[in-house]
This record gives sequence, C-alpha cells and structure tokens, in this order.
Amino acid sequence: MSEPVSRTHSHDDDVLATAADWRAAGETVALATVVETWGSSPRPAGSRLAVSASGKLAGSVSGGCIEGAVADAAKETMQTGAPQLLDFGISDERAWEVGLACGGKLKVFVEKLS
Amino acid sequence: MTPEVLAALQAAQAAKRPVALLTRLTDGHQCLWPDTAVPGALAEAAQAALRDDAAQNVTLDGEPWFVHPHNPPLRMIIVGAVHIAQALVPMAQTAGFAVTVVDPRRAWATADRFPGITLIHEWTDDAMLALAPDARTAVVTLTHDPKLDDPALDIALKSDAFYIGALGSRRTHAKRVARLTEAGHSEAALARINAPVGLNIEAVTAPEIALSILAEVVATRRGSPLARRTAPAPAVAA
Repeated sequence: MSEPVSRTHSHDDDVLATAADWRAAGETVALATVVETWGSSPRPAGSRLAVSASGKLAGSVSGGCIEGAVADAAKETMQTGAPQLLDFGISDERAWEVGLACGGKLKVFVEKLS
Repeated sequence: MTPEVLAALQAAQAAKRPVALLTRLTDGHQCLWPDTAVPGALAEAAQAALRDDAAQNVTLDGEPWFVHPHNPPLRMIIVGAVHIAQALVPMAQTAGFAVTVVDPRRAWATADRFPGITLIHEWTDDAMLALAPDARTAVVTLTHDPKLDDPALDIALKSDAFYIGALGSRRTHAKRVARLTEAGHSEAALARINAPVGLNIEAVTAPEIALSILAEVVATRRGSPLARRTAPAPAVAA
C-alpha cells in the first residue's frame, strides 16, 4: 500500500496547507475566510483565500468579484498584524466598486499567519 | 493565526481527526475544539458544525465567533483498477475525495497506472472490511466481474456508505440483484445501488463515464433531485 499524495490544492483544507507552505518558506502570508453569507454567494462559509506578500493567491472567497478587494485588505493586515472583518454587500460602497454581481452579501475575516 | 494553532490544526488534519477552529471575530483569538475546553454554547456549535460539515456563527457574551469545521476528507473506494478508474481517480481527488483503489489483480492495480494513491491488492471483501466504509464514504465498483464486485457490494450494503454505484448494464444489474438477494439483501437495501452507475449524460468514453459517476456522487451528497435514490437514504454526511 502506498501513501496517498495530494495531487491538487483545490479544496479549502489545501488552501491552508498552501498558506502554511508559503509561511514556512519565509513569506508573509494572510488568510481570508468567508464567515457568513446571505443570498446567492458563490462560496460557502469556510471558503478560504490565501494571499502572500509577493502577490501569490490560492483558493477563493467568491466567484472572483471581491478577491481583489480582499487581497488589498490582506496586504494591510500583513503590515499591521491586525485582523479585519470585511463586509461585502449591496449596501456596501466597496462592493459596488468591485461589483458584487451575484447580488449576495458576505463577511470575510482576514488574519495574518504569524 | 498563531503558529501553535496552525500546527495543531495541521496535525489534526494529518491524523484525520475532526476538529473545529473557533475564531473570535472581534480580535482574532483562536482555539481548536475539542482540544481546548470552551463554554457550552461554543462546544455545542462545534459539535454541530462537525456533524453537519457546515460552519456556524455563534454569539457568546455579546461577541461573534466563527466555528469552522475541519473534517477528514470524504473517501471514495473504487473497486477495479480499470480504465474508467484511471479517469475517475484524479477527478475525485480534485473534488476533495481521498481515493483508494482496490483490485487483487496486480497487473491492473499498479503504481504506474495509479500514481500517488492508495492501492490495495487484497481480495475485495477483506479490503472493504478493513476500509470500513462510513457515512462519509462513496463506494464504486467497476470490475464488471461478479467475483470481485459482489463481495465488495455485500460489505458496502452493510455499511453507511452515502453512495454505492456499480458499473454494468441493466441486464447485468438484474443478475447482480438476483445474486445479492440470494445472499440475503432486501429489495430496499439493493435499491441503494446506483446502477447502471452514473448520471445519464450519454457518456461514451472512460473520462465521460468517470464524470457521470462523480456527478452522481456529488448529486447524492448534496441532495440534488438528480440523485435517483429510491430507498430511504442512510444518514448522509452533509
């Protein structure tokens, strides 16, 4: 019996593994996690996006519409070390800016891997 | 996330031990359940999150907490190291399944044909008993050989596997049902077998058939109307 090897980094536990690998390699890394959704959000609570200071991305927190804004917040959190709770929704100006086309609302928690 | 919490979370995952990551959203304080003792409301939410495989939001003393379950991966046991299995393995892995291939025929079940996955060469009933399918396991038989498929299906039917599928035409399946009835399985139990296996997408090639099988497994897990279960479902892992 051979040991199973993960061939992909496609699901959310693997995003954590990827983030840990980056951190272990000396990168500064932040982790964004969907913590609450309303309406037609494409990714469920628990979905993760890892962001490195050098600009690497793994995983997702939406269908792609808020990843840019989340990555910006992640860079801020990497610098300050302070976690953030981001609120995206119809009533949110930033969501309009980035275009939450799905019409859903979601909260994303951003933290630094210390 | 502190290095300690990250290491503990990764250790639990490596040990295939279910844990919930609890995060206080006001300041990012984190701990793992059940490793850390937490107030009752949080512990209950963690337990429910793991049971339902769904994250939860809890308010404790006016502060919001995020309860994030980390269950071991779903499993897929594929009986038959055949061409369709070669196509199904990487697809199922991409969908998040830990895949095991069972086939006592060593010429088929080789590391060359199935790089980097668990291969078991024991007889199929011994292998299935050892693997002990549970409510987070899908079982797919693909050998098309009753000597190999039937013993595996026999064990699968006695388990809580959330999906059981068997390759073979309607005619082949009718004969299989007759044999398994003889072996003591009820009509209701045998209705758990999805056969001919896979959603009907008019699949022709091995990868297309693999896609139809994976689609049916997902439809069953997610409770889609496309899943054609006719018997009362066992407790399906959410």
